[in-house]
Amino acid sequence: MSTSANRDIWRHPLWLGAPLALLFVLLLIYPVGQLLLLSVQGSEGWTLAPYRKLFASSVYVNVMLITLKIAAWTTLLSVIAGYPVAYLISSLPKERKTAWAFWILLSFWTSFLVRAFAWILMLSRNGVVNQLLTALGLQDAPSNLLYSLGAVLVGMVHALMPLAVLTMLSVMENIDRNLPRAALTLGARPGTAFWRVYFPLSMPGVAAGAIMVFVTAVGFFIVPALLGGRREIMITQLIIEQVQQTLNWGFAGAISVLLLAVVLLVFLLYDKLLGLSTMTGSSADRGRKPGRGPGPLQHAADALLAALGHASDALLALWPRRLRRARREAAPGTTPLLRGFVLLVLFFLSVPALLMIPLSFADKSGLNWPPSGFTLRHYETLLHSPLWMQAALRSLLVGLGTALCAMLIGTPTAFLLARSQLRGKSLLLAFVLSPIIVPRMIIAVGLFYVFSRIGLVGSSFGLVLGHTVIAVPYVVMTMMAVLRNYDQRLDLAAQSLGARPWQTLRHVTFPILAAGLLSSFLFAFATSFDELTIALFATGGLNATLPKQFWDEVTLQISPVIAAVSTCLFVFVAALIWVADRLQRRSLAN
Amino acid sequence: MASCKLKISGLGKRYGDFVALAPTDLEVAEGEFLTLLGPSGSGKTTLLNLIAGLSVPDDGKLLIEGRDATWQPPYERDIGMVFQNYALFPHMTIEDNIAFPLQMRKLKPAAARERARQALDTVRLPQVAQRYPKELSGGQQQRIALARCLVYKPSIILMDEPLGALDKKLRDQMQLEIKRIHRELGTTIVYVTHDQEEAMTMSDRICLMEGGRIAQLGTPADLYFRPRSLFVADFLGESNLLEGRVATSGGDAVQVTLAAGGRPVGARSNGHQAFAAGQPVRVMVRPQNLGLGAADHAHDGTHDGPRDGEGDGGTLQGTVLDRMISGSLTKLYVQRAGAAADDAPLVAAYPTARPRERHEIGETVTLHWRRADAVVVPAA
Repeated sequence: MSTSANRDIWRHPLWLGAPLALLFVLLLIYPVGQLLLLSVQGSEGWTLAPYRKLFASSVYVNVMLITLKIAAWTTLLSVIAGYPVAYLISSLPKERKTAWAFWILLSFWTSFLVRAFAWILMLSRNGVVNQLLTALGLQDAPSNLLYSLGAVLVGMVHALMPLAVLTMLSVMENIDRNLPRAALTLGARPGTAFWRVYFPLSMPGVAAGAIMVFVTAVGFFIVPALLGGRREIMITQLIIEQVQQTLNWGFAGAISVLLLAVVLLVFLLYDKLLGLSTMTGSSADRGRKPGRGPGPLQHAADALLAALGHASDALLALWPRRLRRARREAAPGTTPLLRGFVLLVLFFLSVPALLMIPLSFADKSGLNWPPSGFTLRHYETLLHSPLWMQAALRSLLVGLGTALCAMLIGTPTAFLLARSQLRGKSLLLAFVLSPIIVPRMIIAVGLFYVFSRIGLVGSSFGLVLGHTVIAVPYVVMTMMAVLRNYDQRLDLAAQSLGARPWQTLRHVTFPILAAGLLSSFLFAFATSFDELTIALFATGGLNATLPKQFWDEVTLQISPVIAAVSTCLFVFVAALIWVADRLQRRSLAN
Repeated sequence: MASCKLKISGLGKRYGDFVALAPTDLEVAEGEFLTLLGPSGSGKTTLLNLIAGLSVPDDGKLLIEGRDATWQPPYERDIGMVFQNYALFPHMTIEDNIAFPLQMRKLKPAAARERARQALDTVRLPQVAQRYPKELSGGQQQRIALARCLVYKPSIILMDEPLGALDKKLRDQMQLEIKRIHRELGTTIVYVTHDQEEAMTMSDRICLMEGGRIAQLGTPADLYFRPRSLFVADFLGESNLLEGRVATSGGDAVQVTLAAGGRPVGARSNGHQAFAAGQPVRVMVRPQNLGLGAADHAHDGTHDGPRDGEGDGGTLQGTVLDRMISGSLTKLYVQRAGAAADDAPLVAAYPTARPRERHEIGETVTLHWRRADAVVVPAA
């Protein structure tokens, strides 16, 4: 690289965002736009026929309402149950924090498919839950737990609660622990200190977690398809049906428009009520004009929080004084009650996958609980199956390719967003995050349509492109967080010592950012490795990836081989997290 | 002494095997300004948190205004605390921040508002009531944190390195401000700092801590002029600490044979313990008490005899290593004759305005002190 070229890059930093912009225009905006256009373009010019069909009967509207209902319940349960978990983890000292957070991360990174499959085994007629309920005398004979709203909700909450916890955790980690302590010295009882001081400060995290879960849940199809019955069909399942079975692009486009409209409406409401800036975790009071007091809404909220505070203090006062004394030691927040609850949640998150492991080795009992006998038969079947082995290899290659592309495209954009003083930066950030906001099913169908016309369906290259679109936002976000903590004076120091810009990057910036680069690489890899929605269409029935192969098998029949695959995936993810943690620690120690 | 506001007896705190605070006794009088001074990890913040009720002791007792507060939670102790980073609630206006403790005490909103305004007047920031903490400068936030404590007139105000985040000039200004408020309101203040200068200028008494224990408790002058131990002598202000052994000891007067040899030099006891002949000690001489004379001004070759009118002190000879002007004082770094190269040099200070005592680098000089200016402290 010549120095004049370097200079141009830093003089016009917008170029840093060019690769990402090109990628999104070609593989996000164009395909999604095509799909939306298809909904209003019939064979003879403009038409509204698909929309007439959509609203002609109550069927599709009902499916949308069911989708919203399931998504709302999932969000509510995930946030309420996840809040104490995030609260406790954020209050722990560093070493123990890593240990507790491991279980959240493990659950977060374990494939949705594996987790849904684990619930099928748990909830089946001969599964562990039925056995337990019968043994406890709560029911006379095994009942049908699967294919119900309850099963879908359990699966959805299990799938999305880790996301809620991690989002809330990132905000809670930045709340100054001295603030509730200060409230105590000022005369506030623990309950009041929590509701008046800590809780309002954690609200941005709650809001961000809630909207992330809600938007993901609205576009979800794995759990309702595997655990739900006919009455729990969600909107994305309809899109799959239209594309895979009837090839009705126009109608698929119309449903996509409906889904997209709902998601955008939710974001609009969120922005009106809380401000989108809270999504990135910055506190909500930034938008208020200086010198102006709080509004009436604020007063109402204050009164509510004060009341909640009094209520919890009254409750706490019921405890014997001696017990309270012992508890006070470790600051409010680590009561046995809270610990118990959090352990219960972690148990709920981890146990399905852990119980699946022995079933994969069971010889005689099949997939029934309890497992009996020991065999490696299912693993041998797996090893000798060309379908599974090719899928695994393809997933690995596509994952590595995606991670590499996403890093190359995302890192410069992260530099642009973190370092330059651009106007409209938040708009740019929204653009970068759009693949997360737009339901993935819409992107997948749009890509399928475009790929099918240029012959990319079934190719690994097409898959890498598609996955890169989805993985790039995570790379940008991770790298931005890393860059925010990076002391830019180190660069200046290097340059004052005679290093040219590229030498500075090579010898100073990148070595220090190595841990961050690695974690964003792993993030992108894992995103691709577990990606089903795009693979569902873009693999074109042949050349399946691991999740696609898993999906095809599990929707045909539940076999012990799938338990073996799940176990392999679970162990792989656990090892990946462990290695990532090790590497990160080592790079921090240096 | 006025009535006892805070009485601590045998208060101790351990974290596993680590003793954060060895059983400690301490009394703070009404209206007193007491500073807990010490290096980091010396136990001063542990002690402050125990007083505040933010952590619970393993043993001992703590009385606030005579009532047992050992097991009282912070919200029942009626203490005020100013945190190092101020801990202002970022989601509340300044006025709401200051009214918060009053609200907790069930004051009517209108009355709370009125008193919050008064507190803002006390810290001279009446114009910021409707702003948010983030919109204020560090110094202003510091004053608001103070106002939030003053507003409910707590029995004791605890301050945890409150000026640590401010720059030098602002720090000096806030020191004066805190002293003024202390004087005008007569509040009892327990103040934590690791800055010995800050402790010296502000405190009625200083409690110097080391390794979870009180190293010395007394007025700033006590600690400065009569340090109980080598640690105290070294921690407070700059000092020359000469190694030696007690030759003879009679009441206040102590003769010490320096490790460097020569006839015994004169010093006085620190007044805290008796010194026995042969005991290893250090002789502490403050830089401004080391008088200067060129080598040829000395009486004869021995350099250790008393000089006219200076009492029975001591003399040392050395070479000027460096000279530094630090404002009103000029410091001279002198290597003692016969000292190893890596021994700490002696420091002598004299008014910069006195040109007569200007010495060049490399010049041989004689340093001398009066017996009254040299204090003997135990070597360990």
